[in-house]
Amino acid sequence: MEMFMEYFWAFVIGGAFCLVGQLLIDLTKLTPARILVAYVVAGVVLGGCGVYEPIVEFAGAGATVPLTGFGYTLAEGVKKAVAEDGLLGAFTGGFTAGAAGLTAAVVFGIIVALCFKRGDKTS
Amino acid sequence: MLIKDGTIALDSLPSVTAYASAVGKMESEGPLGKCFDFTTQDNTLGEVSWEKSESKLQQIAFNTALSKGRFSQKDIDVMFAGDLLNQCVSSSGGAKDTEIPFVGLFGACSTMAESLALASIFVDSKAANNAAAVTSSHFCSAERQFRFPVNYGGQRTPTAQWTATAAGCAIVSSHCKPPYIRSVTIGKINDMGVTDANNMGAAMAAAAYDTISRHLANTAQQVSDFDLILTGDLGQVGSDMLKELFKRDGVDISAVHNDCGLMLYDREKQDVHAGGSGCGCSASVLCGCILKQIEQGTLKNVLFAATGALMSPTINQQGESIPGISHAVQLSAQ
Amino acid sequence: MKMTTAEYDRLTKKASPNTKLYLTLPKAFVIGGLICCLGQALFNLYSYWGLNEMNARSVTSITLVFFSAFLTGFGLYDKIAKHGGAGTLVPITGFANSVVAPALEFKTEGFVLGTAAKIFIIAGPVIVYGIAASVIYGIILYLFQLM
Repeated sequence: MEMFMEYFWAFVIGGAFCLVGQLLIDLTKLTPARILVAYVVAGVVLGGCGVYEPIVEFAGAGATVPLTGFGYTLAEGVKKAVAEDGLLGAFTGGFTAGAAGLTAAVVFGIIVALCFKRGDKTS
Repeated sequence: MLIKDGTIALDSLPSVTAYASAVGKMESEGPLGKCFDFTTQDNTLGEVSWEKSESKLQQIAFNTALSKGRFSQKDIDVMFAGDLLNQCVSSSGGAKDTEIPFVGLFGACSTMAESLALASIFVDSKAANNAAAVTSSHFCSAERQFRFPVNYGGQRTPTAQWTATAAGCAIVSSHCKPPYIRSVTIGKINDMGVTDANNMGAAMAAAAYDTISRHLANTAQQVSDFDLILTGDLGQVGSDMLKELFKRDGVDISAVHNDCGLMLYDREKQDVHAGGSGCGCSASVLCGCILKQIEQGTLKNVLFAATGALMSPTINQQGESIPGISHAVQLSAQ
Repeated sequence: MKMTTAEYDRLTKKASPNTKLYLTLPKAFVIGGLICCLGQALFNLYSYWGLNEMNARSVTSITLVFFSAFLTGFGLYDKIAKHGGAGTLVPITGFANSVVAPALEFKTEGFVLGTAAKIFIIAGPVIVYGIAASVIYGIILYLFQLM
């Protein structure tokens, strides 16, 4: 049952983050790029204020998989790095914490560009 | 001969002596699929880039028109060609193996009417015996230049239109054979402040209204004189707006109006939202289907008003609105 | 036609159909939720294999990015995204798609000036402002520590 609830809340909270994004796409003239920027910055701000951590504890991947979770990861990284290295940490913490996702995107991007044919939506 | 305000009567009545169309997979599966001279299931057409695929499509349309009219390349005195891409690369790429005097045009989706108008004026003024008008567009080359990479997962809005993978070519000569080109009206820039790049129909409707009503007034004709007033690719949104604009003048065009963007695809089954767009859309509908019907006499008097949204991503990102233009060509069976 | 741009704008709004929210919202919710569930399953699997919480989360991200990259390569991600909307945009898989799609698309312009130079053409702003925000946060934290 506990296992089920874990997935249930990941689904509901993750879905809710996407629902808000969809509302922004459909009801405002915001382009997807602006919405993603807003999500990441919101993640950093909420992470910084300590609001996001309870959501992560509650919803697990429902909070870490959306891009706000990426912002939260950046904030957490900076917090840890500043505690260890002072002002230098403000500069190193973000990229260090976000490295896994960023590097994966770049590496798989190159691999896909090497191995796949360019797409054609029309056929 | 200039009548007034951009409308030119072509007193010698030049003819469209040959025409051909070439389209991609989705267009061949649409309601007009059987009309086209050339269809392909492989939108790359065996080329390494989408720009080259589009050039090839344009070449195919041009060469098919030549052979249908029993012309050789030497017979063509001038070629007016255009497409959507920067520097009209598909057109120059398509024409580079010819030795035909070349004029590259950009009129966005209005280019078919623009090139046909200029070709007819050249023939009428005896600057050319045979002039070719060729235009093309390709979904993938347009998408990567104007919007997103093809594999990017974006959602299209209901007002967005689908760039046709298509090309058309018409050869205008001084022969006596229908379809004849009676008159043309050169469009003016109409900018009604539309900034939404996903709503081209709205950006173009005012231009279509302006050109069509100017053509009617300058040539002293009524809407009822026409079997068909064919706009370029206003799609559903732009077509509705055009009808509404005419309704304000007390004119009902809905009985004779149709739109290439609504004809090319089956909007119920094919996921094209508000309809087709791109230079190739009106080019392939005109050269694949309408010219044939005029030649056979099933259509007697047609006003072809292709419309273009002159959208530049740079200017659009600077917050400027999208200017629209529409050129009209009147074609008749007599 | 004598018409102001404001009048024309009203006409445009009247003629333009709105997005069918009753379709887009549930689809975004369900598809986005399912991607997060997949993330949860991966996270549980990696935790079960003995990774600590931070590492399990990182490896989950990498795996989701991997899935998204290959779906993009096969031309499937955009087909799902047509329905998913924000449901495929907001999760990290959408971020991966926005990196991989230009990398693949622009390889016709070469691997240096095409793939590499344009890889962040869509995702760039996310990284720029995400990092900028984190640095501001870090400086604020640092100043609070001094006090």
